[in-house]
Amino acid sequence: MAFLDIRDLHLAMRTFEGEAHVLNGINLSVERGEIWGLVGETGCGKSLTGLSISRLVPSPPGRYLRGEIRFAGQDLLATPEDGMRRLRGGHIGMIFQDPTTNLNPAFRIGEQMVDVALHADAVDPAILGLAPGASRRQRRVEARRLAIAMLDKVGVPDAARRIDDYPHQFSGGMRQRVLIAMALIGKPELLIADEPTTALDVSVQAQILRLIHSLVLEYQLAVLLITHNLGVVAQLCTHVAVMYAGNIIESGPVRPVFRNPTHPYTRALMKAVPHATHRRGELQGLPGSVPNLFTPPPGCRLAPRCPVAQPRCAERVPPTIAVSPGHDVACVLATPAGSAAA
Amino acid sequence: MLRFAVRRIVLLVPVIVGLSLLIFAIARLLPGDPVTLAAGPNATQAEIADLAREFGLDQPLPVQYWHYATGLVTGDWGQSIFTRRPVLEDLKAYLPATLELVVVAMVLAIVIGIPAGLLAAVYRDRWPDYVSRVVSLGAISMPRFFLGLLLQLGLAMWLGWLPLGGRFPLTEDPPPFVTGFLTIDSLWAGDPHAFGVALAYLALPAFATCLSPLATITRMMRATTLEVLQQDYVLTERALGLSQRLIIFKYVLKNAMSSTLTVIGLYFGWLLGGTVLVETVFDWPGIGLYATKAIVTQDFMPVMGVTLTIGVLFVAVNLVVDLLYGLLNPKVRYE
Repeated sequence: MAFLDIRDLHLAMRTFEGEAHVLNGINLSVERGEIWGLVGETGCGKSLTGLSISRLVPSPPGRYLRGEIRFAGQDLLATPEDGMRRLRGGHIGMIFQDPTTNLNPAFRIGEQMVDVALHADAVDPAILGLAPGASRRQRRVEARRLAIAMLDKVGVPDAARRIDDYPHQFSGGMRQRVLIAMALIGKPELLIADEPTTALDVSVQAQILRLIHSLVLEYQLAVLLITHNLGVVAQLCTHVAVMYAGNIIESGPVRPVFRNPTHPYTRALMKAVPHATHRRGELQGLPGSVPNLFTPPPGCRLAPRCPVAQPRCAERVPPTIAVSPGHDVACVLATPAGSAAA
Repeated sequence: MLRFAVRRIVLLVPVIVGLSLLIFAIARLLPGDPVTLAAGPNATQAEIADLAREFGLDQPLPVQYWHYATGLVTGDWGQSIFTRRPVLEDLKAYLPATLELVVVAMVLAIVIGIPAGLLAAVYRDRWPDYVSRVVSLGAISMPRFFLGLLLQLGLAMWLGWLPLGGRFPLTEDPPPFVTGFLTIDSLWAGDPHAFGVALAYLALPAFATCLSPLATITRMMRATTLEVLQQDYVLTERALGLSQRLIIFKYVLKNAMSSTLTVIGLYFGWLLGGTVLVETVFDWPGIGLYATKAIVTQDFMPVMGVTLTIGVLFVAVNLVVDLLYGLLNPKVRYE
């Protein structure tokens, strides 16, 4: 079993208009040292998949209909809130999109980092490495020392002084570095990064991604990087999973998936990426819009707007087929590895 | 921050000058002649003129104001036409009573209202929320004097648990004057019995006074907490495993306090002059009652003294609130 194993995860959200079937059988296996890019358009369920792993989807309105999430063998959907809290911070770290709103503005950054470190230390005393009898004061002092070391590691200059600054005294890129330091201070094995660079300038984006990359190598992290940006995936990730309307429709190692995109949606997504060499007007989109998740189309959810749809697509959910080792596609047109090309 | 405080205190001077001018003008412009009223219906013209001369009311207005203003500085705030008692002496006796009532009521309102609003937001649409919403709506809708009467009827008349009115039994000696707060003075004197008595007399009026700020603080706190709970940083704090208790009582509380602080400051200032009804119902010897009597008899000096005192206190409370903002919100700069 993989380090993080999501099997057939179904999530429904109750709303005023009815129950939306937002995750429709997610399958994902992530090992330590792998960086998975989770891509797809807005509303396809990328963020909810990430939040589900930390069990941060509020319930109600969220309700898991089926499936399981196993983290280091532990079934997270069966873990009570108290047990989940022990995993958060110390085993699963998270970074979110907008660094300007994810740091509490009323507290010095060190205060928040120290509290996270103390929480992780309460679960695993190796974090601070103090004797069991250490006083609260000693723990705080040590946690602060660790926080300064982490800030230093993520490239916050003059960390020993800046730890006592408030969030508004940092630039956007620096704040994201602080948030990364905060997410990693508890030495998690899994990092979920939900569009960590979307709100940043392009030049800063590159710095932050390089930082994440070096930290992954250093800590042997398993990473789930949620993003819109296929270029980021191509450069940073080892694996990619493409989502559409609550399904992962194509996944696998980055190279085969990007060289040989097989699912019609993945192909459409690739065509929608602007290139510096293309002239104006050459970008292609997919006609139609995302399906209504209250009454999703039966069968393949892409069928109503798929350029190569066939009558059987609407009949049942297409099975997932391995077109090459590790490269899985959920499309009736895909041909299994080893058989003759269609 | 110190420089800011000092500058604000210096700025109090023009505020006081302006306020005293305004009050002086209003008092003199009001129709009716207090001297005639004070001299009585049978006084002769000569007696009235004598009285006017005694109080300096025969002189031109600027001269009168100059006398008044210099008196303010030297500690002579004039005297009541009727009782002939110096206003400053009266204020020393009555102001602590009102302050004690208002401070205790506000402390009650803050200590109960902030956690109540916080919990109502955290348990939104569950029973703690319903209880707090019903109670605060009731508290804000109930007129204070009517509530005071009900409390007197129930707790004082029928059950006899608490005294009906007044501040301290006439038959007993109050603790020696230190702060003018009977509760503090009795503790200062090491007299637990007097403390208990003072508290018993304080209970009903303080309760009646605290309900309306309590309701407002609770509702304000609930609304701002709901807003703060939606913020991204709360999700981040949860995602990194901080406990619900730490998040609510440390990280959310501080963010939600700012707007509530504004309400607290306003209420504090407003209550200083707004306790008249409660003081009347409970026969509480505070400046509200004192000012009302003076207004009815057109007794200038006490009215001016009370107004000036409340004005200065109001400004002072606002200064404290402004300084507290800086503690809650690091983005506030004092420049």
